[in-house]
Amino acid sequence: MAGLPENAAAAGEFDEVEGRSLWRDARDRLLRNRAAVGAMILLSVIALLAIFAPWLSPHPYDEIYWDRIQAPPDFANAHWFGTDGNGRDMFVRTLYGARVSLMVGILATGVSLLIGVTWGATAGFFGGRVDNAMMRFVDIMYSLPFMFFVILLMVIFGRNIWLIFIALGAVEWLTMARIVRGQTLSVKRREFIEAAHAAGVGSFTIIFRHIVPNVLGPVIVYMTLTIPQVILTESFLSFLGLGVQEPLTSWGVLISEGARVMETAPWMLAFPATFLALTLFCFNFLGDGLRDALDPKDR
Amino acid sequence: MHRYILGRLASAVPTLLIVVTVAFFMMRIAPGGPFDRERALPPEIEANVLKAYNLDKPLLQQYFDYVGNLLRGDFGPSLKFRDFSVNDLIFGGFGASFQIGSLALLLAVLCGVSMGTVAALRQNRRTDYAVMTFAMTGIAIPNFVMAPLLTLVLGVYLSLLPVAGWGGGAAANKILPVLALALPQIAYIARLTRGSMVEVLNSNFIRTARAKGLRERIVVVRHALRGALLPVLSYLGPATANIVTGSVVIESIFDIPGIGRYFVHGALNRDYPMVMGTVVFYAVLIILLNLVVDLLYAWLDPKVRLD
Repeated sequence: MAGLPENAAAAGEFDEVEGRSLWRDARDRLLRNRAAVGAMILLSVIALLAIFAPWLSPHPYDEIYWDRIQAPPDFANAHWFGTDGNGRDMFVRTLYGARVSLMVGILATGVSLLIGVTWGATAGFFGGRVDNAMMRFVDIMYSLPFMFFVILLMVIFGRNIWLIFIALGAVEWLTMARIVRGQTLSVKRREFIEAAHAAGVGSFTIIFRHIVPNVLGPVIVYMTLTIPQVILTESFLSFLGLGVQEPLTSWGVLISEGARVMETAPWMLAFPATFLALTLFCFNFLGDGLRDALDPKDR
Repeated sequence: MHRYILGRLASAVPTLLIVVTVAFFMMRIAPGGPFDRERALPPEIEANVLKAYNLDKPLLQQYFDYVGNLLRGDFGPSLKFRDFSVNDLIFGGFGASFQIGSLALLLAVLCGVSMGTVAALRQNRRTDYAVMTFAMTGIAIPNFVMAPLLTLVLGVYLSLLPVAGWGGGAAANKILPVLALALPQIAYIARLTRGSMVEVLNSNFIRTARAKGLRERIVVVRHALRGALLPVLSYLGPATANIVTGSVVIESIFDIPGIGRYFVHGALNRDYPMVMGTVVFYAVLIILLNLVVDLLYAWLDPKVRLD
């Protein structure tokens, strides 16, 4: 009986060495990736700046200073990034642009995620004729020009910024659906799905409780690559004059205004362009890091 | 092979018909019309204008008329550019877009594939990081920033190249737009090539090729590259369609008489025949290019069978 406490102690030690889940492994691999960690830190900083924008500058984002039109950066008046062609502070406008651009990116990606994952998982799970019809639809959507859709959706919904998010998401889901379908096809033949069938679980419960969580890896990776894609699309629409409306702004609006006067007022282009490029850089690095972390055999 | 191509082309017909139908009705459901102005037209004049373009007929009738004309290769008149047919506009502008686009693609494939290959061969060394940083920059800087920057540096400060304009198709006028269009593509292709090249270089048949004493250059160019190009090829199908149909941004910045702008202007002005023309043109290109990609796939990868 003297051995019992020792055994208990040993058992205690064993408890500490828990089995590591796939997710925890992935997180450790991600945290070892310096580029990805740097990207996450920088993105958090940009996000915090965007959230606290109104309290970071003495200037409101739509205040017009008639005496300081297109003024270069100056610290005396707290115009750290200078002012724009209407005499508005560029620092606070760049941060407000960050709010819009980041929100567009995240919300539109959310919409594309919702549609794409549901569509792809359903097609892959049911297979056969359903799969054929659903993926044929995706092929047809693919062969319509992208601009056609976006502009059409924008004229239908007017210039409402929330609907722009949905419109962009409604265009970006196609690739997501293809990825999810491919993954679903390989998951649905596995034993645990068969077990769920045998236990009498309904189709939609199987899809959302058992299949979707198991195809999440590639989905997350593609998601981090969709966010910068959407931000770029939004800025492209703003360049065409279809984006958010004055006095609200986005990086795309600021950049297209800045590009027009880049010879005389380079600060109007430099600051928003740097923020946009940094953000896109970070999302791409994060996406690469996540891919390496979630799918180590790819490297 | 011939039967395969014919089969694919035959199956493209229903796809195209669906594309035409979807686009036609989606466009008509959208609010607004081609003749909406700040000041409304007097009703009699508006009725006459609508009648002149057959827009007063029932929608279904218009649809069947349109499909009928399409079968004869007639895209109809442009509602915005008076006196021009959509055929004239699209085929007239396609030359410029195609020249710029195909040169940019050629440049992108040559540079992208070689940069990706070099990066994969020097994996995790300085060259690799340099190439990948360059590629990331190409992706992170949107082309409406890159194009003015290139113009400013090469055109204005160094005065090496014309800043904008088509110059009747002079070679010097094409350099900047081609460069601006190619840079992001170089970046994507380099990343894709590097990724798949790394994978292929670790596979068994490359080890065999090296073991039997082939020179490194032959191993890389003849054995590895062939497999590594497959993902690049699938990317190039839709990318080619996008690029040769012109970029609105590049065409407006450099003032190029291409067709990129029609995609935007048509939809914005409800120029129905113009929108349909661009949609059909684009869809045909996508379908043809996907077919070419599949044929090239079978040629590059002996495991793929066409049937």
